[in-house]
Amino acid sequence: MNRIFRVNMKDLTCKIEEVPEAWAGHGGRGLTSTIVAAEVPPTCHPLGPNNKLVFAPGLLTGTPAAQSGRMSCGAKSPLTGGIKESNSGGTSAQQFAKLGIKAMIIEDKPEAGKWYELHINNDGVTFHDASALKGLQNFDVIDAMNAKYSTKIGVCTIGIPGEERLMSANISVKDSDQKIRSHGRGGMGAVMGSKGIKVMTIDDSAGKRVEIADKDKFRAAAKVFAKAMLDHPVTGEGLPIYGTNVLINILNEAGGLPTKNFLYGQCDHHDKVSGETMHDVIASRGGSTKHGCHAGCIIQCSQVYVDENKEYITSGFEYETVWGLGINCMIESLDDCARIDNAMDNIGIDSIEGAVLLGVAMEAGVLPWGDGKEALRLMNEEIGKATPLGRILGNGTKSVGDAYGLTRVPVVKGQGIPAYDPRSVKGIGITYATSTMGADHTAGYSIATNILQVGGHIDPLVKEGQVELSRNLSIATAAVDSTGMCIFIAFPALDIPECLPALIDMINARYGITLDGDDVVGLGKSILKTEKAFNEAAGMNNAHDRLPEFFELEPIPPHNVVWDFTPEEIDEFWNF
Amino acid sequence: MKITVKLFAIFRNDRFKIEDREFPNESTVGDVLTSLGIDHPELGVALVNARHVTLATVVTDGQTLSLFPKVGGG
Repeated sequence: MNRIFRVNMKDLTCKIEEVPEAWAGHGGRGLTSTIVAAEVPPTCHPLGPNNKLVFAPGLLTGTPAAQSGRMSCGAKSPLTGGIKESNSGGTSAQQFAKLGIKAMIIEDKPEAGKWYELHINNDGVTFHDASALKGLQNFDVIDAMNAKYSTKIGVCTIGIPGEERLMSANISVKDSDQKIRSHGRGGMGAVMGSKGIKVMTIDDSAGKRVEIADKDKFRAAAKVFAKAMLDHPVTGEGLPIYGTNVLINILNEAGGLPTKNFLYGQCDHHDKVSGETMHDVIASRGGSTKHGCHAGCIIQCSQVYVDENKEYITSGFEYETVWGLGINCMIESLDDCARIDNAMDNIGIDSIEGAVLLGVAMEAGVLPWGDGKEALRLMNEEIGKATPLGRILGNGTKSVGDAYGLTRVPVVKGQGIPAYDPRSVKGIGITYATSTMGADHTAGYSIATNILQVGGHIDPLVKEGQVELSRNLSIATAAVDSTGMCIFIAFPALDIPECLPALIDMINARYGITLDGDDVVGLGKSILKTEKAFNEAAGMNNAHDRLPEFFELEPIPPHNVVWDFTPEEIDEFWNF
Repeated sequence: MKITVKLFAIFRNDRFKIEDREFPNESTVGDVLTSLGIDHPELGVALVNARHVTLATVVTDGQTLSLFPKVGGG
């Protein structure tokens, strides 16, 4: 990968540039954040001409390394007002890698009302009028692009919420089954919409196999790495059988499952929407309990959820979405939850933000608790059509809370808090508070050690050790997010000693370099500091690294605990 | 003494979801696993009344013990 595609949406040009020396060692999140920090004025309007939308596959993407097919997307976020990296499965990352595109940087914006398809191939980018696609939701856009080219074409698209620049809008990436994966969090779809881009299509037919400097060393390391994935009980057995939704029951049993917009830590009907139940429903109906989000995935944590007639309802139906709808919104029908998930794929909004904002909307009385049918209507008819109510909802959890004058509004830096209560799982609270991305469980997944007892155990209810845990995981995650690897490699990496060295060996063999563990930690630290510096220059300070006040005021059952970290204790996170 | 045992994920296969079971006084989490035919290294997480416990933890009459194999997600 040796080329930068620099696209200008005002004059509709694409320059192909060499990779600057300073960016050579970066990929994925490290590269998108480095480029955004270097080129985007931190105080710019996220939807204005000075913001840039950056795509970068990971350092190992395109190689035979298992789990390496993730694409990072970065920009200044309209939702958080800070830097954003959101990574996705699908086919686009491996197609970029095959075309030798280390990053694509999209600048400026066209005159209002113009809509374009960006067609990306080995020669660069061409610009095609997409006015006929305006007003289509994602699955119709995918069908139109498949008809125009073939089912092999890569597609990244936005629905109407993206066109209308709603802050929960995501960028949907076609997967190999012609369904959807997402750059979900932070409103990247709104940034794409602001640049007049309805869809990007990728033709990699003239691409080449990614070059590997030392093939024998790579092959040996890749074998060790893949073995670690298959040997670890979480990635080798738990995730393939039950998917990420296996977490519903364990969070419920531990009292950390936010219920009814974060009122309670346990939910009576938890097993109706649990991973175990979902597995049995899918298996009994003839759906698929295993599915990978990209070619080369050997974990297969995803699934294809079907109805009683074996008709597709949704796929990529993840724990955080099921939690948000099934538990936090009290929608007890898994089928209803699945249909809402599919609607969010189709209209193109983040399914975490979408579920969290619905919980606040239920508290506001916009719809009754547990009303899956009305939730589905709100998605399709209000948010999906960007009506006035749809705009209040579709601009995210904070927007709903502000519009209805509520205080139990679970956000950090404007981004909805996902599926783990920070009062009863304190390590994840430190991650929510300090993440440069806003409330983001993946940024430093303390659940592994607090709840799942992977990588040791730190009691989720005590304060001691949580800041250090969150810090170490956040640094490691920033580095892993640069490789194109799926975050779940962290489970074997935390428990199997050969796993992380094998990952580093693959990077070294790919590029003919000699990184060691300290270099990787250094990379993670420098990425976090680059992102923090951008946020500070955008106007954020330590006061933004705080959880909403209601967590300090409202004890959560069954443990009846509050969020009790002092500002000074939280700020220790950044002491590295 | 009576313990409410809750099983999850693959531990449910050929067993049960939830049952009240009799155990001798001073039984440990490990003893409960043995009685269920679950090898101790298979255990991922054990919780009594929503708190993490170990194989050596002694369970007492009326408690709820939740047992998980090694699972993860996120």
